[in-house]
Amino acid sequence: MSATSAMEVSAVYEGYQADFDRLQDGGDMPGVSAPLKLLRQKAMEHFGRLGFPTTRMEDWRFTSVSPIATRPYALGALAEVTTDQIVRFLIPELPGALLVFVNGRLSVSLSETGALPPGVAVQCLGDALATGLDTTEPCLVSLGTEGEQPFSALNTAFLQDGAVIRIDDGVVLNDPVHVVFISTAPGEAVVTHPRVLLLVGENSQVSVIESYAGLRDAGYFTNAVTQIEAGAGSVVHHCKILRESLQSYHVARMQARLARNAVVTSNSITLGGALVRNDIGVVLDGEGAECTLNGLYLAGGKQHIDNHTTIDHASPHCASHELYKGILDGDGRAVFNGKIIVRLDAQKTDAKQSNKALLLSERAQVNTKPQLEIFADDVKCAHGATVGQLDEDALFYLRARGLGREEARRILIQAFATDVLNRVRHKPIQMELGRILLDRLPTIATGETA
Amino acid sequence: MLEITGLHASVGGKEILRGIDLSVNAGEVHAIMGPNGSGKSTLAGILAGRTEYDVTSGTARYQNENLLDMEPEERARAGVFLAFQYPVEIAGVNNAYLLKAALNEVRKHRGEPELDAIEFMTLVKKQLAVLEMSPELLNRPVNDGFSGGEKKRNEIFQMAVLEPKLAILDETDSGLDIDALKIVANGVNALRSSDRSTVVVTHYQRMLNYIVPDFVHVLSGGRIVKSGGKELALELEEKGYGWIDSAPEEVKA
Repeated sequence: MSATSAMEVSAVYEGYQADFDRLQDGGDMPGVSAPLKLLRQKAMEHFGRLGFPTTRMEDWRFTSVSPIATRPYALGALAEVTTDQIVRFLIPELPGALLVFVNGRLSVSLSETGALPPGVAVQCLGDALATGLDTTEPCLVSLGTEGEQPFSALNTAFLQDGAVIRIDDGVVLNDPVHVVFISTAPGEAVVTHPRVLLLVGENSQVSVIESYAGLRDAGYFTNAVTQIEAGAGSVVHHCKILRESLQSYHVARMQARLARNAVVTSNSITLGGALVRNDIGVVLDGEGAECTLNGLYLAGGKQHIDNHTTIDHASPHCASHELYKGILDGDGRAVFNGKIIVRLDAQKTDAKQSNKALLLSERAQVNTKPQLEIFADDVKCAHGATVGQLDEDALFYLRARGLGREEARRILIQAFATDVLNRVRHKPIQMELGRILLDRLPTIATGETA
Repeated sequence: MLEITGLHASVGGKEILRGIDLSVNAGEVHAIMGPNGSGKSTLAGILAGRTEYDVTSGTARYQNENLLDMEPEERARAGVFLAFQYPVEIAGVNNAYLLKAALNEVRKHRGEPELDAIEFMTLVKKQLAVLEMSPELLNRPVNDGFSGGEKKRNEIFQMAVLEPKLAILDETDSGLDIDALKIVANGVNALRSSDRSTVVVTHYQRMLNYIVPDFVHVLSGGRIVKSGGKELALELEEKGYGWIDSAPEEVKA
């Protein structure tokens, strides 16, 4: 590391420390409880020990976070935002509760939780802590103060606001909960640390959508953490829609722990961001648990999209299904790393992983790596990766039926993506994602490799 | 309708067509027969606009226009239809969606208004019945998971809906059992009229029992070595391709 960048980095750390100190003093949200302060303190120290990752680390080999690590970002503050400004990030005709966070802080005026059934709590973190959520919850502590996740530690150090969704045992919430994180992206570079906590009781059912978006095209930084605790026999649908500005940086970790017979589905749709790193970690922690991870990303221009998933088969008779698809154009770069761990006693594991990348330009690149670590002997594990261009035979077939070249390309690209979009649970979301995709395609898929 | 003169074509430097002359008038059905590797599918592909072949000399004119200068989609819109030997499976593209888009492209070209969903379904259901196809096939991805016979039937179904001026059937009979063959032939025959032409490319005479040609041409070694009426097909069936004296050496397509 050169002397200049070492200085830059140290200035960056000092910036975080100064914002951290202000936050601990109460910042613009006074009345911080002692346990929360302690948790943050531990996390900040942990982050200090870990530091930002570098490409010398195996998990970050293909993704440099230097635009994040060498630049100071001011902690985002609540700003006045109108419904008109965010309406394009909402999903038409999607029922259910809506929580809107602006620069990481809950906007009460934009949020609408409506009448929730008994046994369901949809709150901001502050309220949740005030009404019984314990800062010593393992799910809050472990990510921020243990392990090798510097960004999660940083997120925990700045734990302030966020969405907490708690479902009691035996409660079925039919309508989804949509949590929207908006960055206003003012002139200065701003960081937010969104946190979503989804605690699902036994035999309960819930669907949560997280959307991330920016109001302006600017270089802000979003550092998000989502934690899902899926109780025995619960059914959880999670969908993340990333529509950040094309100049922004987004790092996110989703951690899910599944108890016996829990079923968790995650759909991760990445349509924005200059530099995106999505980490998903799933622990199948009880017999018969099942997870499905689907992903779709678009990487055009100079976008860099990195998806890392880890599925830990820690119990017998668990199943995992994974399908990630990417569309790359221009100088787009993508990374897919899919790790599957099958522990010694996780017999009868059934794990399937597939990832496919469609390269529309000669300069687009994808680094894809399945990583299977199997310690049990009676398991089924299958993985496959394909990287390719549009099928020339299919293109000719469509053209021979009268469809123009551009139209034929568009149809084939859409078909490639629809495969994943159709797995998203709610029809209004499918429709909206289809529409967004269509909007993006003219800029991503002109067929020009210039 | 179609006027091919001295057509030579090669792929990867290897000459496959060595001077094809063929004239197809409106209302006629021509059968092009020949052994494997004679260049039948190459000819069909070139007419539809496949780019993997180099046309080294000769011309092909369709309705007095230079067919070889037209993009594949321009040919389709102008009324040229190729029923593929191997219809392509396209997962994620709905059969009905493709057909409606294709039909509206053709109609736009003819200066006709686009069909709305109801008009389209009315037309489509009629043709589905002719080809004895389940309406459920409409909502499946194009050819995806279709049996060989279903794929071929789907080709003719598309043709029936698009009503081309010049239909080129490339080995449409292969992989069909006799019942399916009759159904497909019915579909083709229903479209026969004085202003349409059909070119049936086939290895076997079998389909020509049901789609009776006005002319039969034998293609061998990249040339038409014999032409005649429908009885020529029967002769070929009986004697095989070996008796054609002038058959030049085998050329792989």
